[in-house]
Amino acid sequence: MALRNIMGKRVGIGLMGSRALSTATCDVESGSAKSINLYSAINQALHVALETDPRAFVFGEDVSFGGVFRCTTGLADRFGKARVFNTPLCEQGIVGFGIGLAAMGNRAIAEIQFADYIYPAFDQIVNEAAKFRYRSGNQFNCGGLTIRAPYGAVGHGGHYHSQSPEAFFCHVPGIKVVIPRSPRQAKGLLLSCIRDPNPVVFFEPKWLYRLAVEEVPEHDYMLPLSEAEVIRQGSDITLVGWGAQLSIMEQACIEAEKDGISCELIDLKTLIPWDKETVEASVRKTGRVLISHEAPVTGGFGAEISASIVECCFLRLEAPVARVCGLDTPFPLVFEPFYMPTKNKILDAIKATVNY
Amino acid sequence: MAFFSKNSRTIINNLKSKAGLSRLMKQSRNCCSMSCLNNTNCCRFIPLTTIPQLRNPDSYSHKKGFLFCFQRFQSTTSEQQFASLPNGEHNQELDFPGGKVVLSPEMQFLSESPCVYNHCYRVLDDNGQLISNSNFVQVSEEIAVKMYSNMATLQILDTIFYEAQRQGRISFYVTTIGEEAINIASAAALKSDDIVFPQYREPGVLLWRGFTLQEFANQCFGNKADYGKGRQMPVHYGSNKLNYFTVASTIATQIPHAVGAAYSLKMDKKDACAVTYFGDGGTSEGDFHAALNFAAVTESPVIFICRNNGWAISTPTSDQFRSEGIAVRGQAYGVRSIRVDGNDALAMYSAVHAAREMAINEHRPILVEAVTYRVGHHSTSDDSTKYRPADEIEWWKMARDPVTRFRKWIEANGWWGSETESQLRSSIRNQLLQAIQIAERAEKPPVNDLFTDVYDNIPSNLHEQEKWLRGTINRHPKDYPADVPV
Repeated sequence: MALRNIMGKRVGIGLMGSRALSTATCDVESGSAKSINLYSAINQALHVALETDPRAFVFGEDVSFGGVFRCTTGLADRFGKARVFNTPLCEQGIVGFGIGLAAMGNRAIAEIQFADYIYPAFDQIVNEAAKFRYRSGNQFNCGGLTIRAPYGAVGHGGHYHSQSPEAFFCHVPGIKVVIPRSPRQAKGLLLSCIRDPNPVVFFEPKWLYRLAVEEVPEHDYMLPLSEAEVIRQGSDITLVGWGAQLSIMEQACIEAEKDGISCELIDLKTLIPWDKETVEASVRKTGRVLISHEAPVTGGFGAEISASIVECCFLRLEAPVARVCGLDTPFPLVFEPFYMPTKNKILDAIKATVNY
Repeated sequence: MAFFSKNSRTIINNLKSKAGLSRLMKQSRNCCSMSCLNNTNCCRFIPLTTIPQLRNPDSYSHKKGFLFCFQRFQSTTSEQQFASLPNGEHNQELDFPGGKVVLSPEMQFLSESPCVYNHCYRVLDDNGQLISNSNFVQVSEEIAVKMYSNMATLQILDTIFYEAQRQGRISFYVTTIGEEAINIASAAALKSDDIVFPQYREPGVLLWRGFTLQEFANQCFGNKADYGKGRQMPVHYGSNKLNYFTVASTIATQIPHAVGAAYSLKMDKKDACAVTYFGDGGTSEGDFHAALNFAAVTESPVIFICRNNGWAISTPTSDQFRSEGIAVRGQAYGVRSIRVDGNDALAMYSAVHAAREMAINEHRPILVEAVTYRVGHHSTSDDSTKYRPADEIEWWKMARDPVTRFRKWIEANGWWGSETESQLRSSIRNQLLQAIQIAERAEKPPVNDLFTDVYDNIPSNLHEQEKWLRGTINRHPKDYPADVPV
């Protein structure tokens, strides 16, 4: 994946070479592929979803003209206003309506314009969607519901265009939380989420919408949920992350290599239910773990991974579990570069952990 | 719904006196504007004359802002029109993106309450006699008798289950006393394909559709025959077979679900609608507002039935809202609405029947406000004499009982008698007592049902947790209830 340096800010490095190490099973290799960015990949997934299922719907604020990030371009023209439509500006309504639609057996693909605005829908997600099947004794379910939202830092987003709220949702049994790292991952994962018989929250790293460009197969393909992927093999330390942060982590891994530290990098992909097995197997190999995410460190999902690893692998660990995360502050504007878990912060933590 | 009136004062004078009417009459003088006093067309609602100032329509800033530049593609010709408006012209129309507005140089505020009192539809008087010149939907003897039987059954069901809770045999119960007509009559006017999203005071709808007394009892006892697998408190019934979505304690969350379901029915071109119930308290929740707005915009065939029973636990409606009831809010969303006497089974039946036709044939939502009184306590955890006079409760229970009222009507038609009455009541009572005994003795669901249905399949973390839990159960069996099979 090549990150074009359009805005002269963060420059990522391709994760292309690591595809060979993928443990994911998929039929990605057949057919032709095109070099496209993240929002185009998501757009393709949505086109495929609506094409293959006449009972699939896409709705949310501004989706009709293509969406503020162009993820829904062309859908309304191709599938009609009855299946692709704008909703009123009301997140609790978007998700509540989506639950009802899904409960009738449809694939309700709801867009929340920014993850920062998902909170009015939190009650519907936690108390309704997550418990819909369980409380009814499996007489009813809203598994056809998928909620998509752009999340994460973008360089100038400030408090309300940069948040990473995944941790709130990881504490809710009954839903799945999925975060792709690249265009090819996004298309396959989103199609899996849409077709998964459970309600899913799909966070898309907005920073990568234009900047991440990758070869993406043109056909219909799915990538498995709840399967983490080792995207870089190593033997000295395991790094765990998701979404846009992985490319930063990979840069740190490459530099650590120069100092003779061999890093294993894991993309969690699905945060709940998460693939503990893959992470545990890696930690048993390396004896060291570092978790990195943009969300504030306290109560972030890194805390869950850390606690689980300590429980299972305490005697194997050579050092404390390290977390390199956002600060415990609202996401700042001018101070964003200070807030963010940068490559050098990660590199320092790698060295500190290895030299513990 | 027309609040238009040429002779508003005449209508107001002809209305029977109700609480708050005198306040209304005072208000009608200050109704819409200063010009109202001289204008018998006082209640023609003229929109506000303040026109929003459009500065740069081409770089319209969205409330939340975008990271990437966004152009508004719709042309706003209003600016040009505005510029060419001659001064001092009355009642000129102007074209805004939101629709035409009628201009006026007179400053007028829309009154906070409707000038014309929102009529409440009723067909049977307090003695169960048909009011002359009433229009209503005819009900056959068979349906009427079934309606009455169900209403009486619901009363007995409530009494016996309430007692069972008091005896400690079930943990909790919620009665529907006083609202039997709303429950049964609305259910009777619907068809079995209509999808129901209840709050928690509508078991009568399930009863009408064929949920058995045993099934009610099973859920209340949380035994292994409970379709909910013992996961929720009593009265949280649900039946996919009967198109009745499972009750949840959360207030008003079901209302937007009904809209999504209705949209699905419309897309599938089904001859069916979605129906959702909620109380006066539920209309204060954001989900109510969200749902009505969505229903109007998506043109979904959904019926919103509000049981305005005067109380949200201890909160009277005067602490709940200051609108003139609930039906008036419909207009604000572009939703057709009606206010009905909720204790008049025939009026309820007719209104819901009509609402259903409009919803399905015209692809529109309908709001039905059923005015009634919550005779029972909020639940078995409540003693409502703490916040309202006992004699008020007693009065509504005796003088305004919807079941008695309907019985008088069917008796007058020769469709019911005292013998059939006592037969029904003793039969239902016996059936219920039996059902409770059976439900009480039945096994609870197995502990494995703690872990199923969180997802479609059990994920690995739950497999782990079940293993660990079973280990704990083996080591400390006394910590766990003996009636739950392990």
